[in-house]
Amino acid sequence: MTLLEINQLNKTFVKGRDVTHVLNNIDLHVKNGEFITIIGPSGCGKSTLLKAMAGLDIEYSGEIKLDGERVTGASIRQGVIFQEPRLFPWLTVERNIAASLPLTNSEVKQNVDKLIKLVRLEGFEKAYPKELSGGMAQRVSIARALLRKPKILLLDEPFGALDAFTRSHMQDALLDIWKEEKTSMVFVTHDIDEAIYLGNKVIIMSARPGTIQNIINIDLPFPRKKSTKSFQEFRQLVLREFEKVEELELIDSAGI
Amino acid sequence: MSNQSAISLDKVNSSKKRVLKSKRDLGKVTIMLKGFIFPIVILVIWELTGAWGLISPTLLPRPSAILTTFIDLVLTGNLIEHFKISLWRALGGFILGGTLGLLVGVAVGFKKNIEQTVDPTIQMLRTVPTLAVIPLFILWFGFGEVSKILLIAKGAFFPLYVNTFLGIRSVDSKLFDVAKVLEFNRWQLITRLILPSALPNILLGLRLSIGVAWLALVAAELMGSSEGIGYLIMDARQFSQTSIVFVGIIIFAVFGKVSDSIVKVFEKRLLKWQDNFKG
Ligand SMILES: Nc1ncnc2c1ncn2[C@@H]1O[C@H](COP(=O)(O)OP(=O)(O)OP(=O)(O)O)[C@@H](O)[C@H]1O
Ligand SMILES: [Mg+2]
Repeated sequence: MTLLEINQLNKTFVKGRDVTHVLNNIDLHVKNGEFITIIGPSGCGKSTLLKAMAGLDIEYSGEIKLDGERVTGASIRQGVIFQEPRLFPWLTVERNIAASLPLTNSEVKQNVDKLIKLVRLEGFEKAYPKELSGGMAQRVSIARALLRKPKILLLDEPFGALDAFTRSHMQDALLDIWKEEKTSMVFVTHDIDEAIYLGNKVIIMSARPGTIQNIINIDLPFPRKKSTKSFQEFRQLVLREFEKVEELELIDSAGI
Repeated sequence: MSNQSAISLDKVNSSKKRVLKSKRDLGKVTIMLKGFIFPIVILVIWELTGAWGLISPTLLPRPSAILTTFIDLVLTGNLIEHFKISLWRALGGFILGGTLGLLVGVAVGFKKNIEQTVDPTIQMLRTVPTLAVIPLFILWFGFGEVSKILLIAKGAFFPLYVNTFLGIRSVDSKLFDVAKVLEFNRWQLITRLILPSALPNILLGLRLSIGVAWLALVAAELMGSSEGIGYLIMDARQFSQTSIVFVGIIIFAVFGKVSDSIVKVFEKRLLKWQDNFKG
């Protein structure tokens, strides 16, 4: 069943006389429980697309529907993980996760504790954000989004700033969460391995204007292994598609 | 046998810790002492030049003379009474002006509309020097307490107003997006996002306001009164009792510093989440 539906989405930024066409006729369907990854060159409009899905930016033409209803603004039904953790610096880890919900409520407290375990931050409940590493802070923000039981989780290069080791650990943690909570995911990345490792589908975007170039189904069972032959085959496939996109961009910027 | 050695090891450890701790304390004390060296040298030179008759006591009474005057004034009960009056005025004016500054600052910070209608006027009034409005206040409210408290309130209003406004406007817009995604309602937006992130600025405003209230108090008491530390200073000047003038000045200085330190303690507590360069 389709959970999120994007039809003929077009987005332009107008700044004085400059009009930039950033997203061009985007059509995308995300099914219940599906894990979708989006890759594309820098500046192709991935963040812009995610912001539109989140309802943080509603100035576009076309429509976005969640569960059959038009998205008219941000809500807890669409959880968002930003590129940076964006924690409240004056709140401790557990208060950041609870945020607007009262920790004095025993049900909230229980769920917060469960999520702290899930993202492996036991012992840091009372720590302030300044005392956390980048990966730990990002895990707090994931827990914060999950506490609201979103229908869909939108992640914008959430592990971009992490080292390879932490990143790989976080990918597995995210897959565990996905299996457990069955939340649909839309995951933006510029790392091809990451896109194939996580996604049921990899969406390849090209730039200027941002367009969906190709959608590749990854029919590999989880847990996947990056070293297997089938994984490498998908890698080659995505890479070839991606190179086409890059070439397109090269031709474009050469002014031919 | 092994048990015994464990205990003795424990003892060694704890005594080591104690030595370390007392060393650290010693370090702190030395830092504090460093701050005292300069004033003490000055005081000694001052006392000696006075004792040798190099400087006339009406110009610069010796520290010991100032101390005796201070004790005398306390014993007669005069000083405490004057001090109470001054404190009451400063506090009253500060609470009145500061609260208004905070509230108006919050309102102006939140609503562009209110900012556009109110802020230009306030900015204009802000530049009017306190001393220039004293005659007007006297004409309107006489020499009584009302004009004094209003004068102090006027001084205390602006620093809190400006800094509260500034603090609210400097909230990170990225955190606003987070608040939207988490569905904060209006009240939560104010209490969970805007006020906490404006708090460093508000506390700075508070400190500045207290400082200004103190200054305005002196101006208000010098403009004519029959009680208060400022009156004490003016009265002593007429009779060339320089040591009383000094006592008054020192009281202003000490109490200014004390009130500032109190806010600083609050700052440390409330802002322990901040991750700033500490020098
Ligand atoms: N607020 C804005 N005003 C004007 N132009 C914008 C704005 N935000 C983004 N753009 C433009 O839209 C385009 C897409 O930006 P976006 O941030 O979505 O790219 P991205 O694919 O997320 O890139 P990256 O991988 O580097 O994060 C860029 O060319 C950018 O210049
Ligand atoms: Mg981006």
